[in-house]
Amino acid sequence: MSSTTAAAAHDDHHHGPEKGLLRWVKTTNHKDIGTLYLWFSFAMLLVGGAFAMGIRSELLQPGLQLFEPQFYNQLTTMHGLIMVFGAIMPAFVGLANWLIPMMVGAPDMALPRMNNWSFWILPFAGTILLSTFFMEGGAPAFGWTFYAPLSTTFAPDSTDFFIFAVHLLGFSSIMGAINIIATVLNMKAPEMRLMDMPLFVWTWLITSFLLIGAMPVLAGAVTMMLTDRNFGTAFFDATGGGDPVMFQHIFWFFGHPEVYIMILPAFGIISHIIPTFARKPLFGYSSMVYATASIAFLSYIVWAHHMFLTGMPVAGELYFMYATMLIAVPTGVKVFNWVATMWKGSMTFETPMLWALSFVFLFTIGGFSGLMLGIAPADIQYHDTYFVVAHFHYVLVTGALWGIIAAVFYWLPKWTGKMYNEGLAKVHFWLAMISVNVTFFPQHFIGLAGMPRRIPDYALQFADFNFISSIGSFAFGLSFILFTYIIVDCIRNGKPAVARPWGSAKGLEWTLAAPVAYHTFDEPPTRAEILAESQHS
Amino acid sequence: MKLLLTITGAITALIGSKSALAEYTLNMTKGITDISQDIYWLHMMAFWVCVGIGFVVFGAMFYSIIAHRKSKGAKAAHFHESTTVEFIWTGIPILILIAMAIPASKTLVDIEVLDKADMTVKVTGIQWKWQYDYPEEGISFVSNLAQSSRDVIKASPEEREAVHNESDYLRSVDNHLVLPVDTTVRFLITSNDVIHNWWVPAFGVKQDANPGFINDAWAKPNEIGTYRGQCAELCGKDHGFMPIVVDVVSKADYAAWVESKQAEKVAEAASATQAWTEEELVAKGETVYNANCSGCHQKDGSGIPGVFPAMIGSEVTNGPAEYQIGLVLNGMGGMPAFRMLSDTDIASVITYERRSFGNNGSVVQPSDVTSAR
Repeated sequence: MSSTTAAAAHDDHHHGPEKGLLRWVKTTNHKDIGTLYLWFSFAMLLVGGAFAMGIRSELLQPGLQLFEPQFYNQLTTMHGLIMVFGAIMPAFVGLANWLIPMMVGAPDMALPRMNNWSFWILPFAGTILLSTFFMEGGAPAFGWTFYAPLSTTFAPDSTDFFIFAVHLLGFSSIMGAINIIATVLNMKAPEMRLMDMPLFVWTWLITSFLLIGAMPVLAGAVTMMLTDRNFGTAFFDATGGGDPVMFQHIFWFFGHPEVYIMILPAFGIISHIIPTFARKPLFGYSSMVYATASIAFLSYIVWAHHMFLTGMPVAGELYFMYATMLIAVPTGVKVFNWVATMWKGSMTFETPMLWALSFVFLFTIGGFSGLMLGIAPADIQYHDTYFVVAHFHYVLVTGALWGIIAAVFYWLPKWTGKMYNEGLAKVHFWLAMISVNVTFFPQHFIGLAGMPRRIPDYALQFADFNFISSIGSFAFGLSFILFTYIIVDCIRNGKPAVARPWGSAKGLEWTLAAPVAYHTFDEPPTRAEILAESQHS
Repeated sequence: MKLLLTITGAITALIGSKSALAEYTLNMTKGITDISQDIYWLHMMAFWVCVGIGFVVFGAMFYSIIAHRKSKGAKAAHFHESTTVEFIWTGIPILILIAMAIPASKTLVDIEVLDKADMTVKVTGIQWKWQYDYPEEGISFVSNLAQSSRDVIKASPEEREAVHNESDYLRSVDNHLVLPVDTTVRFLITSNDVIHNWWVPAFGVKQDANPGFINDAWAKPNEIGTYRGQCAELCGKDHGFMPIVVDVVSKADYAAWVESKQAEKVAEAASATQAWTEEELVAKGETVYNANCSGCHQKDGSGIPGVFPAMIGSEVTNGPAEYQIGLVLNGMGGMPAFRMLSDTDIASVITYERRSFGNNGSVVQPSDVTSAR
């Protein structure tokens, strides 16, 4: 009798998702929220991508064809803001929601209700940000770095809405980061030690501390802007005793950790995929953890390398140059470890592996141009040219975004229980891989030749490479239509996937059935299970 | 559809124009100062170091991809840790970085430390033009994007050839900065409104112009010639349209130029004391307006709603003249002060604004501006 009651109670606990649309509004399930984050960021990727298509269409040839300069500046500003805060960051939080509980053997995130809020803030923040396009004076047009006083005294009225949106995005990120720290440290299986954790968990744990440190600084910067604009303060206005350069210090104290927020989780993803398809354990697991922590630490003390031309004293320039060059060391260690993981492996080249290898190759090229930019005297000629544009698109598109796409193909069979079309996915990979290089590689040349960034029109000697770059970008844009088709086709018509579709994959998430149940790990995994699935055995 | 037209237009233009293809450059300029050549050397050194590292890392990676593949029957080894190896590939990069940092530090100190300059030029960024002052010579003028470039910016697809025929499109200005060769010039760089950046690649000089602060930079050009640059910090709507042109001339030519500029100034002061007719003022005012005001208030005076006020039917252009003179001289909010223009220029541009665009304000004489200063 008592056993029947227990079984009934147990059944009740194992309810599935709620029916209808309200499921998504009310959900506290980490898998549902992960899905919401991923679709939201994908929608934002398409919006930001549409802005990029507008930018490249205007730059196709010299002369102003499509847009007024003011609107062009709105496009570059919103492209940057939407891609950073709408696409890349939420996509990584989505991956963290889906994967971290499954990877540490936890039933859900530590703070599920807050998890729901931190997602549902985003669509409102995004809507407020995008709505500025329809306001008098147009959207913010001062670049995603919104340097004062262009963003204070000289900005359109819609800037106050931009400030509110940034505050909301910051709340969301901080709540997400707190949740991840709480989940990793409190909810991981009791038998799992810190140095048993998979690298995606490690990189996200470290990233969360970057978020908690950096986002409040951004909130401070926009709050000072708000009071400068509306309440008569003069933080960034020299006529009132303020300093516009102080804005840049505050912004980049957020901004530099921010770029590592966007890349560290991708490092984690790549550290899962390469061992799987090289059929060899990750080389140097512990050095990967230490390298990630070192990069995170260094990211807080190099911010002014974005500001070599602001009139810093020579001692400051020397310090920031040395500290910046130092970042190449732990980053290099990571690349060397990935290559050593491939060395003497037994490699196959399924789609996730293609993306991961392409990541290692192209991100390293972005790292090289980063090293060159770190050399302060040379930065005099590189600063604010297309060389910088090429650099950060190599690390953010073929770095961060490549990591996200690799993760989607790698874990899609686990999430959906279905396989995507491998042939089509490979076609998509090669289309994206070639077109992204046609888009961004020539930008190195036009930057070195002297074309400044953020200009809607250019001199004739830059025309040829801009033309090539634009053509490449249109092909790259098209590749996302194919990507959408592959994902939708997988969800609707994909063949059933087995629990461990990549035979050599390790990780607790692969011990779960495919498609994965709505609730998992009611019972934490045992020490033996954890060791069998760990990355360093 | 418009996009499709643009693409086809661009392809035809690209194939049609041989000159366009001949002009592109792949690499950084060596420039014409010792510093710019040092920077070029550092750039190439860093580039070849990266190529070398890339050769080793990508070489190992692609060798592995080709040789260690399952389809070739490769069996996976099981090694996954080596403290020695980790130490080696932490240590070697540190040594390489130190080797790179030494010459970089030396050049940086050379750039930042200047004992004595032969002359000084003050550079002021203003949305969207540059003002140059030679304090010792008493010369001051504003440098705007050349009208010939302005005229073809918005050429329709059929008139695209006009852009290609405009040599130095977007890289030419009405008044060039003139400097003597083999002379150490100190630049004092500041801004009247937002942050600009004064960049002349051939000098290896790029320095932010911060409002309310003065930055300095210096150059000692070694070769006579004309050198072009652009503003390199997003400064609002027409950031892409404020180029820099510097003529480096022989010392004798420079002295002659200084003399002619000083004579010009005397003549201009004299012209400000006489009374001008309305037609003269409007004609001169139109040129001044197109160069200095049309960027914001638009060529037809319509402005941009919510950002830049319209001239048409405005209370300012139809109200008391004293108020408008004060506004132009001292600026207000986003509107910069135009004190650097001559009294004649200000009187004529205000008259143009008050008598054109269907406005019906009074005529302003240069003497009115003189007394308002």
